[in-house]
Amino acid sequence: MAAVHGDAHGHGHDDHHPSGIMRWVTTTNHKDIGTMYLWFSFAMFLVGGTLAMGIRAELYQPGIQILEPELFNQFTTLHGLIMVFGAIMPAFVGFANWQVPMMIGAPDMAFARMNNWSFWLLPVAATLLVGSFFVPGGAAAGGWTFYPPLSTQGGLGVDLMIFSVHILGASSIMGSINIITTILNMRAPGMTMMKMPLFVWTWLITAYLLVLVMPVLAGVVTMLLTDRHFGTSFFNAAGGGDPVMFQHIFWFFGHPEVYIMILPSFGIVSEVIPTFSRKPLFGYSSMVYATASIAILSCVVWAHHMFTAGMPAVGQLFFMYATMLIAVPTGVKVFNWTATMWRGSMTFETPMLFAIGFIFLFVIGGFSGVICAIVPIDIQVQDTYYVIAHFHYVLVSGSLFALFAGAYYWIPKWTGRMYNETLGKWHFWLSMFFFNLTFFVQHFLGLAGMPRRIPDYNLQFADFNMISSLGAFGFGLTQLLFLYIMINCIRSGEKAPQMPWDGATTLEWTHLPTPAPYHSFETPPIVK
Amino acid sequence: MRSKLVATLAGVSTLALYSSMAVGSKYNFPEPQSVIAKDIYDQHIWLMWICLAIFIGVFGVMFYSILKHRKSLGYKAANFHHSTTVEIIWTVIPCIILVVMAVPATKTVIAMKDTSSPDMTIKATGYQWMWGYDYLQGEGEGISFFSKLSTPRAQIENKAPKGENYLLEVDNRVVVPVGKKVRVILTANDVLHAWWVPALGIKQDAIPGFIRDTWFTADAPGIYRGQCAELCGKDHGYMPIVVEVMEAGEYTKWVAAQLSASAIKTSMHIENK
Repeated sequence: MAAVHGDAHGHGHDDHHPSGIMRWVTTTNHKDIGTMYLWFSFAMFLVGGTLAMGIRAELYQPGIQILEPELFNQFTTLHGLIMVFGAIMPAFVGFANWQVPMMIGAPDMAFARMNNWSFWLLPVAATLLVGSFFVPGGAAAGGWTFYPPLSTQGGLGVDLMIFSVHILGASSIMGSINIITTILNMRAPGMTMMKMPLFVWTWLITAYLLVLVMPVLAGVVTMLLTDRHFGTSFFNAAGGGDPVMFQHIFWFFGHPEVYIMILPSFGIVSEVIPTFSRKPLFGYSSMVYATASIAILSCVVWAHHMFTAGMPAVGQLFFMYATMLIAVPTGVKVFNWTATMWRGSMTFETPMLFAIGFIFLFVIGGFSGVICAIVPIDIQVQDTYYVIAHFHYVLVSGSLFALFAGAYYWIPKWTGRMYNETLGKWHFWLSMFFFNLTFFVQHFLGLAGMPRRIPDYNLQFADFNMISSLGAFGFGLTQLLFLYIMINCIRSGEKAPQMPWDGATTLEWTHLPTPAPYHSFETPPIVK
Repeated sequence: MRSKLVATLAGVSTLALYSSMAVGSKYNFPEPQSVIAKDIYDQHIWLMWICLAIFIGVFGVMFYSILKHRKSLGYKAANFHHSTTVEIIWTVIPCIILVVMAVPATKTVIAMKDTSSPDMTIKATGYQWMWGYDYLQGEGEGISFFSKLSTPRAQIENKAPKGENYLLEVDNRVVVPVGKKVRVILTANDVLHAWWVPALGIKQDAIPGFIRDTWFTADAPGIYRGQCAELCGKDHGYMPIVVEVMEAGEYTKWVAAQLSASAIKTSMHIENK
């Protein structure tokens, strides 16, 4: 992506950074680091996607064809871990790096050197994770949730995974402290909290969630590590421990984690929808409050992942009610987006298409979420393909579609070049089609009784599995089109106009040239 | 623009058609065979209707807007950006809908948890990778056996044609009488497993070192199949659960046969010593 900044140089008087690889290793520039985050996450997305292709290839037909059961479990485990920690989370941090300083009128992130460090931890963690496939015994195979005692049984691969999670956690905590500090201290004069763009707001709240829960994850993997090697019995009943305690601690991290992956998407969509509707966002303050309530509620619903683990009726009822309550602020957001579009003057460029696709499919994921919240129904669908369908509707057509919307929306600002609109629309429609082909059928598989994480299944599930696999292959290939569109845009895209989207109102569009210079806002703008 | 809209609508209606095909086929919940499973089935259908109504409401408005309020039609943007009344209304209405959903669910949760005064009690133990059953109390007390996948290896390796109950068949079925409240006690020997029979509406994790319980009363004789639902390692996909529900008379015969077989086994064991 060196070409991105080719014509942006020569702006700053202190622009003496090294060239070549050392530029990227030593950089403290938020734009460079943002770029690295985005490329890293896309690379991880392709790795995780390749694993998904393996999984769907094995499930294309009943019987064992390509992956032996043990390897299949390694694929599902690493697919989940890589997509969550390697693809989605770093991609949002990449957006935060690029956008937060520009949107609040700050020259850079608050801790520029720590920013470099939090990125460069990622390739190390990724190497441990991907490398674990090649150690004796192979990669971790206990699912991305690595429940003990199964995860206590694994080999070296599990230890590598644990260290990798430690490193990723450290990186996330540093990243979020940086974001919080930047947002709280470096806003341009006049930009009060309630004037911040919604993307900044959602990231601020997300960053607080990260600081709250990543240490919990670090703690629980450490307990697992000492159980495995140092004779402790946190999760071993024979030594006085409890395997279910792991689940409680893990999901205390794990459920807020879900919102860590979706709140910044809400932010991106809340920027894109008003821009292309040429109308201010409806209910700005209720959006902020809804985001905050979702974040708070997300910390008291963790045990809804454990309804079948066995807990008192009172416990089940509490977690059911709390979970259902999340539908209210989430609904408010969807209504606000709809009201923003209402009587706007809409155009449908690729970012808008992805944003509308996001709302449409995220709502379906929300419905299945409410259904999963109902304890009796959850007892049936827990650990089945229904749940797989549910969380792919919120993570793929939720987080990932929002990331695409954001990438198309801001790429002109980042590179000074336009992407190919026709190809962008192809990317959207193909993604939309293949995504639904892959995951919609999985609802039925789950209802009919197909458990998740199995490499082989009864013949009654054969037809929908085949459809799902075909959809997945199509979806996977479509994402290569995205890679092509982006490279094409960076290398030889048409020059972007100063203001490619006439409805944009945030600082990076109104106060900065396109492309954004390497150092922006050395003198802060005045926000009225 | 127009053509894209048509394409979207066509897509949505295909999706709807294709989902409606699944309703009532083998791609819904299996036909419920117990009170709890019936409750779950009905509540799920009921929730689907509520979701459908909300879906049509929200996306009706949104797609109307997408259709009409576009720049290409020369529509000029309005400039409103909040309305406290509207915002209160659309916060309160979802709350009411949620209460409506929660009431029947709460009743079912309480019913599901009531494992008191069973007619018989069976302990199921999860092993890597099979189930062990011990009849602890009630008619059949003392029966004990393991239950393993009986699908031949050749079928899994695609060397033989797959049968109808591929991966859902076992050597020894759990047999219970019809209409009796069966309490199932669960534990595991090694890692987590989960005992799941969809038609009977029960799923409960089996946790090593701990005891959990659940219950069911089967409405009709028949054979009901399920699978382990908690990842338990390599052969997680190969530890099915098969429950055979019998009429009371047949069940008594089955118990007698089991007990005499185990008596023979025990005596042989003693003689061999």
